Amino acid sequence: MTAKKIVVVSAGLSTPSSTRQLADRLAADAVAALGERGVEAEVRTFELRELAHDITNHLLLGFAPPKLEEALDAVASADGLIAVTPIFTTSYAGLFKSFIDVIDPQALTDLPVLIGATGGTPRHSLAIDYAIRPLFTYLHAVPVTTGVFAATSDWGGSDGDGVRSLPDRIFRGAEEFADLVERTDRSQLVNDPFQLDRPFGHLIGGLAGE
Amino acid sequence: MQFGIFTVSDITQDPTTGRTPTEAERIQATVTIAKHAEEVGLDVFALGEHHNPPFWSSSPTTTLAYIAGQTSTLQLSTATTLITTNDPVKIAEDYAMLQHVSGGRADLMLGRGNTGPVYPWFGKDIRQGLPLAVENYELLHRLWREDVVDWSGKFRTPLQGFTSTPRPLDGVPPFVWHGSIRTPEVAEQAAFYGDGFFANHIFWPASHTQRMIALYRQRYEHHGHGTAAQAIVGLGGQVFMRKNSQDAVRDFRPYFDNAPVYGHGPSLEEFTQQTPLTVGSPQEVIDKTLGFRDYVGDYQRQLYLLDHAGLPLKTVLEQLDLLGGEVVPVLREEFAKDRPAEVPDAPTHASLVRAKYGDEAPRQATPNANRGDNLTVGSPYQDTDVDATAARQSGSAFGPAATRQGVAR
Repeated sequence: MTAKKIVVVSAGLSTPSSTRQLADRLAADAVAALGERGVEAEVRTFELRELAHDITNHLLLGFAPPKLEEALDAVASADGLIAVTPIFTTSYAGLFKSFIDVIDPQALTDLPVLIGATGGTPRHSLAIDYAIRPLFTYLHAVPVTTGVFAATSDWGGSDGDGVRSLPDRIFRGAEEFADLVERTDRSQLVNDPFQLDRPFGHLIGGLAGE
Repeated sequence: MQFGIFTVSDITQDPTTGRTPTEAERIQATVTIAKHAEEVGLDVFALGEHHNPPFWSSSPTTTLAYIAGQTSTLQLSTATTLITTNDPVKIAEDYAMLQHVSGGRADLMLGRGNTGPVYPWFGKDIRQGLPLAVENYELLHRLWREDVVDWSGKFRTPLQGFTSTPRPLDGVPPFVWHGSIRTPEVAEQAAFYGDGFFANHIFWPASHTQRMIALYRQRYEHHGHGTAAQAIVGLGGQVFMRKNSQDAVRDFRPYFDNAPVYGHGPSLEEFTQQTPLTVGSPQEVIDKTLGFRDYVGDYQRQLYLLDHAGLPLKTVLEQLDLLGGEVVPVLREEFAKDRPAEVPDAPTHASLVRAKYGDEAPRQATPNANRGDNLTVGSPYQDTDVDATAARQSGSAFGPAATRQGVAR
């Protein structure tokens, strides 16, 4: 069986970044969860920071420079996407949204997504559900129920405020994600942007007799 | 192979002087540029169509007709004519007129335009862009080939017994190119009719153009117009030259950095690497252009964009001198090498007349006395086949049945 393709997109801006750290942990647990199901997975990670200029150029010009195109192709043909962004000013980072904006609107259809977000305080944790999740449902992707928010205090590891600890939430999200990734065969489908939806005769209303 | 230039008719501030030319200056400059294109030995001048500032070319056939009167060999074309928002009846009339006054030196390139607000200015709905392009062209195609057209469609009032005048010069419609950057349906449309396909090729990577052309060639063959290699392909290109490469980069950079489309985006170096833009010596332009053939095959028409982004007239004329004097002669020679015999030249009026009539004299449409009514009596033209007219009239003159009755194309 061919390995499932998991793409990780991290929109953290600093180096090192807690956003990247969360992304890596989500990916590791997802690979482990798939492993338990007897499914092999390969992971490719893209740091949007490294693509920031390309993303801007794409917004201005309408086409992707080669490095960005590679990332867009990887996301479009993935079996699962782990998307992680910092929360700035109550919502996803602008760079994260710009990346989403240059994705072809059809490219994420049926794609299992595990959402992660980071922020200074747990008070931003609902941003996953009011800001990030609608992006993916609009694009007909399939975000799993559990989104994982990591506040600065979460990295301390305690579950003092009565919710599950960060590692528990990561594990739970990864399990849900693995269930969907295991079942999909998206990466095996050919996605040809030059494919014609209908023969031309139909476009001109039968006059052409095709 | 044909070589020429195309302009979008932008009126842009010169970033090195801060000065913006007036509309009057830019219009006269464009006429000067077109005339100089012929003087330096280029084949084609193509003009865009826009209906909003900072562009001036709202009425391309007026401009092209004037240029036709000032030139003798230059082929006049468009880049592009809006098939979505122009009434196909008016396109049929205007370009047949341009054919007549230019002595058969006119063709046109159809496009959907890139300015959304244009649609409502002409009473159209932008959400219908592609269906408009498809239906309007089907009508245009018929208006040039049938003396009397009964027609009904979704986007304009029906026609009953309409004759587009004048009939195309020598009974041969102007050759049509379909231009597109990214829409495979347009490549399919060009292939379906056996028309030419022109890839903008300026703002997008070569890999994209390669796939669009490959699709067009494959579908051209599929629709039975010839082999894939015989499909009629045109490419855009964008160059800025100085005798030596460093001077070209230095002189063009301020125009690039502030250009309306790609300014403030990628660097000049990134853009030249990722797209067909060439900024350098004539030899570099020759090398890059010859490379186009590697990924689109032998093709028929190469147009360059030279006069945009605020470049002053003097500079544009210098570019034309280099293009006509040093670049194109070498390209003609090199492109002719190893060109398979089956690959045709770009269609011209003369070649289309020859293809249609052989050694026979071409049709010269002569009207009958005007009755003001094509519906009830014979043909409006003296030479029209009586049987075809009778066949047409045996069907319903009104309603959907009439439009299905179409005379053979």
